[in-house]
Amino acid sequence: MSEMIQVTVKLFAQYRDNRFKVKEIGYKDGTTAQDIIEDLGIHNDKLPLGVLMINSKHQEETTLMRDGDTISLFPKVGGG
Amino acid sequence: MGDKIYRVDMNTLSYSIEDVPSDWLGLGGRGLTSTIIAKEVDPECHPLGPNNKMVFAPGLLSGTSAANSGRNSLGAKSPLTGGIKESNVGGTSAGIFSKLGVKALIIEGIPQDESKFYQLHVTKEKVEFIEVPELVGKDNYEVLDTMLEKYDKKVAVMSIGRPGENCMLTANVSVKDPQGKLRSHGRGGLGAVMGSKKIKCITVDAEKYKEVTIADPEKFKAASKIFTQALQKNPISGEGLPAYGTNVLVNIINEAGGLPTRNFRAGKYEFAENICGETMAEIINSRDGKTTHACHAGCVIQCSQVYNDKENNYLTSGFEYEMIWAFGANLGIKDLDQIAKIDALMDDLGLDAIETGVALGLAVDAGILEYGDGEKAYSLIADDLANATPLGRIIGSGTEILGKIYGLVRVPTVKGQAIPAYEPRAIKGQGVTYVTSPMGADHTAGYAVATNILNSGGFVDPLKKDGQVELSRNLQIATAAVDSTGMCIFVAFPALDEPECLPALIDMINARFGINLTGDDVTNLGKSILKLEKEFNDKAGLTKADDRIPEFMKYEKLPPHNTIWDFTNEEIDAFWDF
Repeated sequence: MSEMIQVTVKLFAQYRDNRFKVKEIGYKDGTTAQDIIEDLGIHNDKLPLGVLMINSKHQEETTLMRDGDTISLFPKVGGG
Repeated sequence: MGDKIYRVDMNTLSYSIEDVPSDWLGLGGRGLTSTIIAKEVDPECHPLGPNNKMVFAPGLLSGTSAANSGRNSLGAKSPLTGGIKESNVGGTSAGIFSKLGVKALIIEGIPQDESKFYQLHVTKEKVEFIEVPELVGKDNYEVLDTMLEKYDKKVAVMSIGRPGENCMLTANVSVKDPQGKLRSHGRGGLGAVMGSKKIKCITVDAEKYKEVTIADPEKFKAASKIFTQALQKNPISGEGLPAYGTNVLVNIINEAGGLPTRNFRAGKYEFAENICGETMAEIINSRDGKTTHACHAGCVIQCSQVYNDKENNYLTSGFEYEMIWAFGANLGIKDLDQIAKIDALMDDLGLDAIETGVALGLAVDAGILEYGDGEKAYSLIADDLANATPLGRIIGSGTEILGKIYGLVRVPTVKGQAIPAYEPRAIKGQGVTYVTSPMGADHTAGYAVATNILNSGGFVDPLKKDGQVELSRNLQIATAAVDSTGMCIFVAFPALDEPECLPALIDMINARFGINLTGDDVTNLGKSILKLEKEFNDKAGLTKADDRIPEFMKYEKLPPHNTIWDFTNEEIDAFWDF
């Protein structure tokens, strides 16, 4: 049996609608950012993924999640 | 096109209406204001003296039906930076100037009798000089209401409050928006320049204006449609900005560790959720406010909003990220209502949100107030700054001077102008813009945040130096050109990511004037504007040593990434190799 990891998932802007703001979720070891995006249905959201950060740094969807990581997901946002 | 240059001399209280010199014909907005300032203003003049000039110029597409084309530029030598300044604004002035055929309004000189303030009323045929003793000591909304009683409701109004009258470096020139609220020519103390010329307000006749002429209406209409669609289909200009306003940035900049907190001591604010765009939208919706609101006619993005108080009564509009950051994260206030109250007060007084907020953040280091004390911040503005008490004048002189008076080292300015809401140590491309822009620390001059943080126009790692100088250079060149069109800077998002957007913008300019600009011509225009502005600053006495980040950012590590500003002088100076 694979070990579990705890990941803090933070959602922003429209991704919060019908989901949540922040939640600690247990995933199987070996989970990637993309797995989390799919688990939350964000890959099917009408707004495509804009920015993905892990521990406050921009990362690729293929990044392997580690225990204690924080993943932050944003649709395309902007301002100035 | 029949457009004219309107020239006002405050020394003799006279005006002239002149033909447009041929080399100014293809210019508008920033391109025109900077060209006129560079040609006609002695770079060594005192910014508040008789030899500085104010130049208002609508953009090339202002007054047309083109979406988001209602920005008006104001240029002068800045009393804050000592260099050239262009500041553009929404509101109704750009469209009204354009329809009246005013290519630029140039204001020079200072009245011989310095005891009086004037209203200038611009019509097609003339400029009237009206003494307004009853408005002296009044603030923007009272001036605006007085003008709306006197003229047609559509009249354009540009005014200053008491800080402008008192020639404070934090003073803006305020402009009426389509809803009768205020927008600002911010940054650089341009309200002080207007105050020095003893002009309380400028009104522009909107009753008898006509539509602007379009050389090729069919071509214009076709290009305009493509342009509007690009704005609407882009996820940022079409979805994100309308839903949450510019304040959607609080969370993403905070998550990235680049939200300047407590006078640039950290890149994350623990109360970000209290003041973020998502929370603001919830509050607005629960109080019957509006999350969308146009700052100028023809805006399809509508990033502004109407923010009501707890009793559902109007409190403020145009409640922007920079304001909320400056008084929130940077001054430690966590109550959005308190920040909104200060925003409304500052609109009425005509105060720059960034310069005033950053000065107050530094005032904590000076022992004047404590972080998070919104009541004290309010009273420092309403009582001291507005009434020009000695303490009010110190704060109203901006961040750099306040720092000098209190002997402080952690002073976040470039060229004397306060650094806005993006940490240069954690968003390095934006830092390059701060140090190199001829405007001083200005986030709009080359918005590298787009590519450093927002994944617009690709991605350049915000924590590394690689590619940042080139990124900032390209953005500053493009922005100088876009600032000449009258377009809102937020067309940059679709322009970076929708391939049809920029060609459509150029097609609209060509159809409006019957010319044949290419993409290269537009890039060259941007380059020449930047170089002209740099040359003015060089002659004004600014040097490479002014293109530098505050020293503390080179040795103080910024949490959470613990990065410093690590560019060499040579790397920064290479910005100008084009």
